[in-house]
Amino acid sequence: MDGRRFDELRPIKMKVGVLKNVQGSAYVEWGKNKVVAGVFGPREMHPKRLQNPTEATVRLTYNMAAFSVDDRKRPGPDRRSVEISKISSEALTGVVQVHHYPNAAIDVFVEVLQADAGTRCVGLTAASLALADAGIPMKDLVVACAAGKVDDEVVLDLMKEEDNFGQCDLPMAIVPRTGEVVLLQQDGKLTQEEFNKAFDMAYQGCLKVYELQKKALLNGEAQQ
Amino acid sequence: MNIEYYLKRDYIRNLISQGKRADGRGLNELRPLTITKGYVDDKACGSAYVKLGNTEVIVGISMGVGEPYPDSPTSGVMSTSVEFRPIAHPNFEAGPPQPESIEVARVIDRGIRESGSIDLDKLFIEEDKIWLVFIDIHILNHDGNLIDAGGIASIAALLDCRMPKYENGRPVRGEWAGKLPMTCTPVPFTFGKVGPTIIMDATADEEYAIDARLTVTTSDTLNAMQKGGTGSFTGDEIKSCVEQAFKRAPPIKAIIEG
Repeated sequence: MDGRRFDELRPIKMKVGVLKNVQGSAYVEWGKNKVVAGVFGPREMHPKRLQNPTEATVRLTYNMAAFSVDDRKRPGPDRRSVEISKISSEALTGVVQVHHYPNAAIDVFVEVLQADAGTRCVGLTAASLALADAGIPMKDLVVACAAGKVDDEVVLDLMKEEDNFGQCDLPMAIVPRTGEVVLLQQDGKLTQEEFNKAFDMAYQGCLKVYELQKKALLNGEAQQ
Repeated sequence: MNIEYYLKRDYIRNLISQGKRADGRGLNELRPLTITKGYVDDKACGSAYVKLGNTEVIVGISMGVGEPYPDSPTSGVMSTSVEFRPIAHPNFEAGPPQPESIEVARVIDRGIRESGSIDLDKLFIEEDKIWLVFIDIHILNHDGNLIDAGGIASIAALLDCRMPKYENGRPVRGEWAGKLPMTCTPVPFTFGKVGPTIIMDATADEEYAIDARLTVTTSDTLNAMQKGGTGSFTGDEIKSCVEQAFKRAPPIKAIIEG
């Protein structure tokens, strides 16, 4: 729709270490999406009854700013953001070496400043950069990217208009080193063949974003 | 922390690694499913009681008249909510919805919404007036796989649902005018991953042992998927789960429609 090839990502910019008061942070611009992530911890888990004596708890909080979308979003958590926070936390728990920090909490905050489809992928990509920036031991980075279907065509990385009028959205997050899929959602209408195609496309998209993530951690910033 | 989790997890993982399950089922075997439509048929527009093994769920459909969303002025509106009632499990507490129940509700909602199962375009009444369809899922006994049990019960209740009679700008209670227009029957399947093994229709105890789960909802197309849990799936595992979901749907669909 914006002149990209079917398997082409939107322009992406990444920067790490953007905030002062957190242990680690990252800022990602992805198309018109603007997302900042920050990490506190490992620190003592409060409330204490939620402490896990065998491992740390990774809590990601996804929040959209009121001004991030066309019609003002009522501030505070809604059902959508609760769900995204839950599955993103679970995706990160799989890579963080949680057994090093019993009873601790590792809090990741994702703030969506401007949204243009695919914010959960941008948020998770930024979150894992922020965790790495904070020096928290991980098996690998988590990287996310979406594929979808627009006008009966399987395409990579939907933008807002494509998402609204498209037939399907498939956000996914992987651990590139092992090829594990740690987050997967789908909604819309896909045949089995289209799903296989969209899955492979999103996977390849993730690998491209992963290269950028590594560059950003080495140089402090990266773009494509 | 939950002591039961630590006690049962190792035992069940050990069993599954030998290809066995605590209740003697095969790894891909579903528990017996019974559906009673119209379980509470006096007040609710549609209802269904579903028993999947020892998981018991009741779904009621309520319909009301309301305003459409500005971006779809001629379409009806559906909403899905799940209540984990304290009666259903010792770990369920009264209070505001927890992330777990919100996730279950949203996954079920997506399966129904994205399949276009409810013909929302036919729920237009007149300008600025449309029908609202509320799907309320009540868990009575939790023995695992709430997404599938709740999803199946929701569709069964929707198929049972009558349209209230509409007069002078509001619905007439207790009088009906035909059935809710439905187009297809989406069927959810949830797969659990335990170590390298994938099982279907996990019980509550087996859910303690699961690293990750994947829900796949299909009608004639793939309509909704959701991965949950801290573990992961490989690409090949996901593709084979999708294939299974398409393959296993017809008999369940027949029970729901029957």
